[in-house]
Amino acid sequence: MSLLSLRGLSKSYGTVRANRGIDLDVAEGSIHAILGENGAGKSTLMKLIYGVESPDEGEIFWQGDKVSLSSPAEARSRGIGMVFQHFSLFETLTVVENISLIVPGRKAELTSRIRELGRDYGLEVDPAAHVHALSVGERQRVEIIRCLMTDPKLLILDEPTSVLPPQSVEKLFETLLKLRDRGVSILFISHKLEEIRSICDHATILRDGAVTGNVDPREHDAHDLAQMMIGRDMPAPRPFEARAPGPVMLELAGLDCRPDDPFQISLKSVSLQLHAGEILGIAGVSGNGQGELARLISGETRRHPEARAEVMMMGQPVGHLGAAARRKLGFAFVPEERLGRGAVPEMSLADNTLLTAHRLGLVKRGLIDRRAEEAFTARCIADYDVRTPGPQAEAGALSGGNLQKFIVGREIELGPRLLFVAQPTWGVDIGAATAIRRKLVDLRNAGTAVLVISEEIEELFEICDRIQVIREGRLSPSLDVSETRVEDVGRYMIGAEERARP
Amino acid sequence: MMGYRMIRRTTASRRMAVLAPLAALLAAIVLNFVLYLLMGKDPGAVFYAMLLEPFISWNSFAEVLLKMTPLLLIAQGLAIGFRAKVINIGAEGQFVLGAIFASSVPVWFPQATGWWLWPLMLLLGAIGGALWAALPAFWRVRLNASEILVTLMMNLIAAQLLAYLLVGPWKDPMGFNFPQTVMFQWDAMVPTLFPGTRVNVALILALVWSVLAWVYMQRSFQGYQLVVGGLAPHATAYAGFSEGRAVWLSLLIGGFAAGLAGAAEVAGPLGQLQRGIASGYGYAAIIVAYLGGLHPVGIVFSSLFMAALYIGGDNAMVSAGLPASAVEVFQGSLLVCYLAAIVLVRYRFARPAEVAA
Repeated sequence: MSLLSLRGLSKSYGTVRANRGIDLDVAEGSIHAILGENGAGKSTLMKLIYGVESPDEGEIFWQGDKVSLSSPAEARSRGIGMVFQHFSLFETLTVVENISLIVPGRKAELTSRIRELGRDYGLEVDPAAHVHALSVGERQRVEIIRCLMTDPKLLILDEPTSVLPPQSVEKLFETLLKLRDRGVSILFISHKLEEIRSICDHATILRDGAVTGNVDPREHDAHDLAQMMIGRDMPAPRPFEARAPGPVMLELAGLDCRPDDPFQISLKSVSLQLHAGEILGIAGVSGNGQGELARLISGETRRHPEARAEVMMMGQPVGHLGAAARRKLGFAFVPEERLGRGAVPEMSLADNTLLTAHRLGLVKRGLIDRRAEEAFTARCIADYDVRTPGPQAEAGALSGGNLQKFIVGREIELGPRLLFVAQPTWGVDIGAATAIRRKLVDLRNAGTAVLVISEEIEELFEICDRIQVIREGRLSPSLDVSETRVEDVGRYMIGAEERARP
Repeated sequence: MMGYRMIRRTTASRRMAVLAPLAALLAAIVLNFVLYLLMGKDPGAVFYAMLLEPFISWNSFAEVLLKMTPLLLIAQGLAIGFRAKVINIGAEGQFVLGAIFASSVPVWFPQATGWWLWPLMLLLGAIGGALWAALPAFWRVRLNASEILVTLMMNLIAAQLLAYLLVGPWKDPMGFNFPQTVMFQWDAMVPTLFPGTRVNVALILALVWSVLAWVYMQRSFQGYQLVVGGLAPHATAYAGFSEGRAVWLSLLIGGFAAGLAGAAEVAGPLGQLQRGIASGYGYAAIIVAYLGGLHPVGIVFSSLFMAALYIGGDNAMVSAGLPASAVEVFQGSLLVCYLAAIVLVRYRFARPAEVAA
């Protein structure tokens, strides 16, 4: 008998049919993967199982009984726990205080149970530590412990590895295997194929809201799984042209920056050099200073004129210049946040091109040339395969991947000599992600200097010539991708390298 | 309403943008209908006096146009700032400063003549309003002092400055000690448009100003930058648009317009600087700006409507015996209804069937 069975589950939001007739069986003591691209309906399905949303049609059976889960509290009481992709912890409280918000019991008892669970499952975390002082991996452990306190039979993990460095991923997997051996079933949501192959014993594949496959992932290679997931062959990465690096287009020489905001990361003697015709990747677990570094490079954070030489672009000191002045030198930038930073959600795509492309003849004598604006926008939409009704659609109505393609397209159309992309494929489906990576490599081959910040190591290894790792506001030495292993980068990500060489 | 949900529209609905104010008007009428019945007033007579008479009688309508002029001028200026999220509450003070600057000419040169006199006064008034708005702009850009508080407090200072001038140096020596200046000479008065009414050239200026505001906000790149700043401040920094410039432009434009309106008021219907100049146009214009959806075309209609409501309210007090507070209740309830209705421009109701489908 299955622990959880779904029959014909459907859910729509407006005209979007997020789930269509989903059948799913989760066996007891199994690690079951839900595999699908962004927008395939994974999150909606989990919300239905966890009682956040109610299905429009279909039935849910829990341990053989038909149930209706109307709230997360009810799901929890039946033994379903969920760890969300974005953590729900109060940063100013300690670990045990956070847990006591949901789990009844005196603090001393809870503390000892946290320690006990930590020992049993490899989830060590200091119960008295404040959450803001914990790393992302530790926070995830707190979330998992919090779920385990309620003694669940089914644990749902929503993209648990997307925020972790490789070593922490291995540790998490050990924990999950231990849990499984003690009879807890796990629903593991991911779009990372290798992970699923390494730990899951069953995989259900979703595409466009419907189930397209039920397989044992260990019997299929990543290519097969990808094909089921995206419904077509994966585009092959373009062969890499080796080329001699050109002149230095971006240079940071020992940049120190202590922000006014105490919740931001200080950057400490950050140095990097980026040449024309190469891609430099900045790896690292999020929250280690990527955002601060990005704003310093983009010009959203401006330095005092005396410190102008801390940032050199195309050989000129630009530390004191704003973003527009840097763009004039041939700089273009795709920010991590698309809505509200890279694009104005309430404005049409056409108006959003003006943000950065206004110099390309879209403004004449102070007035906006609507025809030129529309033509430019239409070109971005066509060339970068943006799925939208047209230039007048509001940016906020586009899916994350489509908006990213639009913004990347807009910035590439600026014809930059130096392109800076933060999280190029975050939340973007595989097809679009491959297209974006290919564009970046094309640009590199055409002689553009490209800087990429990403949390996905595989992505950096796929496209970069060199990688530097950011941790606690410090940048590692430059690592040549051809001579580096993923684990080496991983060691820098968790700081093991520094401890090994004091 | 069981099962109904609000769903965000993919694009703002133009139809709803037009219908929302009408729906709000209808709802306010229904609400106040009940109120008037409870008060024992004849709703028919009240609504006739309040909503129809201002448009039917030419004399009444002329007064509406007169009242509309400062509201239109100020609201167009304020709306530009509001769209950039620079919240200038100080139009009242800027209006008073405009009146003071304009009055300096006839007060100091009561014998001066020439066709250029009233245009000079209007220009001085606009400059005065802009200068008064420049102070909060400076503090906002320099020290990040909230322009909401600074502009609001400067209204009080402006009122005291006006009071000082009127009881002190600028008091009409022949004025029986009333706190007012001399009556302005003929050339210091803005020419009227229609004989027998008080509607003057300033109305034309306000309409021209509206056209300029439309071009600025809908067509110019500078206006676009202001709108971006209002909608998404991070996008402003990302694009490299200057936030400080947006603050300066917003406040200077708002102050300029309010000052112009103040000058037109003393050089128009009043004919002298007096305490009654600070009658709340600067605050009413805030309502006008939002009622018009912060859109130049919408504001033309909303200023006409608000002016009609003022005149109609006066009519209702006189002919239907409605107390002044009841007029204010109508204006207030109208605004509340409008704010409720405006949600439908960006959101729509989905039927239960549609949610479930």
